[in-house]
Amino acid sequence: MSGPVKVAVLDYGAANMVSITRALAAVGAEVAVAEEPAAMAGVDAIVVPGVGAAAPAMDHLRERGLVGPLREWVRAGRPCLGICLGFQLLFDASDEGDAETLGLLAGRSVALADAPTLPHIGWNSVDLVRPHPLFDGIADGSYFYFVHSFAPAPADESLILARTTHGRPFASALARGSLYGLQFHPEKSSEAGLRLLSNFIGLTAAGNAGAMAVEAA
Amino acid sequence: MLARRVIPCLDVDKGRVVKGTNFLNLTDEGDPAELAERYAHEGADEIVFLDITAAHERRGTLLEVVRRTASRAFVPLTVGGGVRSVDEMRDVLRAGADKVSFNTAAVAAPSLLTACADRFGSQAVVCAIDARRLPGRDGAANDARRWEVVTHGGRRPTELDAVEWAVRAAELGAGELLVTSMDRDGTRRGFDTELLAAIATRVRVPVIASGGAAGPGDFVAAVRDGRADAVLAASIFHRRLYSISEVKAAMAAAGLPVRRLEGSAA
Repeated sequence: MSGPVKVAVLDYGAANMVSITRALAAVGAEVAVAEEPAAMAGVDAIVVPGVGAAAPAMDHLRERGLVGPLREWVRAGRPCLGICLGFQLLFDASDEGDAETLGLLAGRSVALADAPTLPHIGWNSVDLVRPHPLFDGIADGSYFYFVHSFAPAPADESLILARTTHGRPFASALARGSLYGLQFHPEKSSEAGLRLLSNFIGLTAAGNAGAMAVEAA
Repeated sequence: MLARRVIPCLDVDKGRVVKGTNFLNLTDEGDPAELAERYAHEGADEIVFLDITAAHERRGTLLEVVRRTASRAFVPLTVGGGVRSVDEMRDVLRAGADKVSFNTAAVAAPSLLTACADRFGSQAVVCAIDARRLPGRDGAANDARRWEVVTHGGRRPTELDAVEWAVRAAELGAGELLVTSMDRDGTRRGFDTELLAAIATRVRVPVIASGGAAGPGDFVAAVRDGRADAVLAASIFHRRLYSISEVKAAMAAAGLPVRRLEGSAA
């Protein structure tokens, strides 16, 4: 490997950028904040963070010219991690403000059904439905921190890595190749969250090494 | 299953943690970022900073404290005290906070809750309600199940009914309610579970109990009898009377779901 993994965290407005950038740095990544497409050049992975509402988030992504480049990035199969609202934005649409979102994953984000409290705020258990290196070293049922009222309903349920129950079960983690989505906040989930981010960085590094080996061959 | 949260609260004055009784008699209890990091390691589910610094001294100091804390403690951080506008909230979030709590400013201008929720989502907007029990009809005993909202750190009565204000705050966009009993705050006489239950049964948003924690049994009562989703305390943690894991052990023993740290799981 040549140097640390470079990660660009998309900054599209109001999100708490400090926690995610410091958490990624804490697990060894070289982190840049990307407010415009140019800042995505030369990085190994993109993180789409997020809190807030879907419609204004999409407006801000569009205003900053980030929608096209992000779509191209994911369609090229390059590593990308969507967190919370950033996870929901990867899907076709959201019931929150009836927003059209990025359309990189089939399905739409819907309000949590039968939730005893809304928003769903706090630490909840993440129950693994299939093994995946993203959860290496993390016990099944570990607690992660959630803050949301909507969650995506993936059309392809085989992509789901983990479910969490608040009212009804929903997809709390997903993977399709190098595209990952988390409904919880790893950057707010203490040791378990840092471990997961470390696994993401490790997977990205392994992918880079694999690509270099292919090129060399 | 969603865990019941245990939240240490740090009252911050001019960049230092302080604690008094009934919001008076302040004593210095340490550096906010250091304490927050210690609590995160000990299993705190969240950290709340309440900035009680006078307005003209505040700018910058608080944001720096938030920045330092968010760089070291990877748990949720709520900041309250003196935030009065969407722009001020944005600054606090950008410094590393996840939520902002509004108290006096929301009573003075309830539409602030809506404006902030529209911009940042209701999950980032906490309405802090300081409530004082109204005397009974005979005027002697505090036995009536009615509470008045007080503002300005408990100094100013508002004639607002605390339960009605809680319902309205949630409707306006608050995603969480931090309910402090001014009768119990700093007294170590236990939470006002009647106040908590009166509010929790009327709203769908999570309710955080505050004011009066003396020991682990009070945390259990706040959740079981007060129907709180989270329980906040200050001095019993700062003064190391009880650790967060002792409190959580008591909650787990009472059958409440809590997040236990690996190695301390029973």
